[in-house]
Amino acid sequence: MIRLERRPEPSRAWTLATPFVAVALTMVAGGLLFAMLGKDPVAAIRTIFWDPLFGDFASYSRPQLLVKAGPLILIAIGLSLGFKAGIWNIGAEGQYILGAIFAAATGLAIYPAESWIVFPAMIVAGALGGLLWAMIPALLKVRFGTNEVLVSLMLVYVAEALLASMSLGLLRNPEGMGFPGSRNLSQYPSAANLELLPNTGMHWGVLLAFVAVIVAQVVMARHQLGYRIRLAGESPRAAVFGGVNPGRLVVICMGISGALAGLAGMFEVAGPAGRLSIDFNVGYGFTAIIVAFLGRLNPVGILLAGLLMALTYIGGELAQLQMNLPLAAIQMFQGMLLFFLLAVDLLTHFRFRLGRGAVA
Amino acid sequence: MSNIDPVLLLSALIVVSTPILLAAIGELVVERAGVLNLGVEGMMITGAVCGFVVATASGSPWLGFAGAALGAAALSMVFGVLTQVFLSNQVATGLALTLFGLGLSALLGQGYIGVKGPSVPDLYLPLLRDIPVLGPVLFRHDIIVYLALGIVAGVAWFLNRSRAGRVLRAVGENHDAAHALGYKVVRVRLMAIAFGGACAGLGGAYLSLVRVPQWTEGMTAGAGWIALAIVVFASWRPGRLVLGAWLFGGTTALQLALQASGGVQIPIEYLQMAPYLATILVLVILRTGRAPGSLGRSFHASS
Repeated sequence: MIRLERRPEPSRAWTLATPFVAVALTMVAGGLLFAMLGKDPVAAIRTIFWDPLFGDFASYSRPQLLVKAGPLILIAIGLSLGFKAGIWNIGAEGQYILGAIFAAATGLAIYPAESWIVFPAMIVAGALGGLLWAMIPALLKVRFGTNEVLVSLMLVYVAEALLASMSLGLLRNPEGMGFPGSRNLSQYPSAANLELLPNTGMHWGVLLAFVAVIVAQVVMARHQLGYRIRLAGESPRAAVFGGVNPGRLVVICMGISGALAGLAGMFEVAGPAGRLSIDFNVGYGFTAIIVAFLGRLNPVGILLAGLLMALTYIGGELAQLQMNLPLAAIQMFQGMLLFFLLAVDLLTHFRFRLGRGAVA
Repeated sequence: MSNIDPVLLLSALIVVSTPILLAAIGELVVERAGVLNLGVEGMMITGAVCGFVVATASGSPWLGFAGAALGAAALSMVFGVLTQVFLSNQVATGLALTLFGLGLSALLGQGYIGVKGPSVPDLYLPLLRDIPVLGPVLFRHDIIVYLALGIVAGVAWFLNRSRAGRVLRAVGENHDAAHALGYKVVRVRLMAIAFGGACAGLGGAYLSLVRVPQWTEGMTAGAGWIALAIVVFASWRPGRLVLGAWLFGGTTALQLALQASGGVQIPIEYLQMAPYLATILVLVILRTGRAPGSLGRSFHASS
């Protein structure tokens, strides 16, 4: 008889191996699913995972890898701090939107004056927008004990409505012939978040994402905050006895993740997206949750997971064009990846033993 | 404001609150068994698409509802197996279920956008339907509205009066003690999760077959999350659940009526925020009771 036995310590080898096993299993299961829907499974998998990098249009899609990975990594790094401490900010999508709205509003308020101060001011505004939006669930949790999962999520829908209102009203391009959407910030030199190196997709936001990976790595390994986060996540009671103020930790973790999500929104609206519009947000805030888990809540892992997820985003767009798959199919793929990761994770914490052990 | 008919408003309230009530009563049972399934939104939208596809293919809305319950229950078993057998983190698994459900439904519903489904007839209740005010508000709805209220009453009875219900509550309060008493913790929880999935599926199908009635991608628009909030608001008690669902339904119905009347100078986008803000407000204001003791914790017999 096979039974499960809890490992005394999580297996290091399996911790590293599980993401790869999960990706492989997702490809197999995803292929089966596509086959059931009457699509060629091999072609679908190749379109999603291979063509963006090495296909016929790879010279166009390769720079997109960094463009899409940047916000994912930036948001996921912030989320991972809270997730490690057992604080669930699920509303990064809303904080991302608010960061973009604040940043765009700041830039458009100064338009068309040219000054070096515009771009930094937008960065501050973007971070502030995300931070303030994340403070709502954080403070409500600390003060009233409301569930941060539900509140942060409700606020995504509020943020989407706010975005629609801004694109149709206050921030609408006055020269836009009545079409919804703001002025194009990427064509406003002082506000534009341009590509730093031609044809790489590298912009300031991607650079910041890389910096965030390094800073998070240092904080988690060396800083007092990292120690407190780990302690709170592993044993909330021990953390309180160890002098961790749980309320403050909630505010700090939600604040950091909100600000980073806001920054991601800022760099997006000033660069790749260029302008606010009703369909500005494309789910980075939700995909970043998967990125955080797939990266094992570890900064370097998140970097790699972010690149992989970016690949599936681009692959999803290609699959939509070439195979007539709905864009949301990629969301299913991402959900499946998380399923397999969580399932395989069992091997990190447990091991299989043959035969009957002592009666529990 | 003057051109809003209060009778129509109350009647709309009942219709708007039904899908959320269905999803919430399912989740309530799941949480009373000690499991936190954040995948309600994913199960609901899967129910919405399964219901719509089956109903249009067969021409029968009732087969549609059955298909929705089955489809969403099957999806919930993915969550069940992962959390109960593979002992995965329930928060993360629930989120994955929502993402997966949203994607899967879009894929399944690809060919059904803009298609008209079969209509669901109102239940004909002679005499009752002719009572002034109460008639149109309460007695001129389809059978699912009454089924939802019936399920709530059934769950209330089950949890408080039946032996099986006591076992389920014991499992939710303290799974180690329940296990020591010889109850099958994992089996009870899997059954609760399947029930939760079926209810969420019915709620989703109510959206795509009655409330909207059409299939569009992402049509649940957070209804599953609101159902989760209402369970907390209700302190895990079925009676208060109805109140919560009506409160939310009332805000939504009023918001829609205000949009339609055009009498107020509030942009539509701000009206659309109202139900979500109301839900947050309710979560803040109302002190909720104690959650089931083992809520969200994994159970492993030897540990």
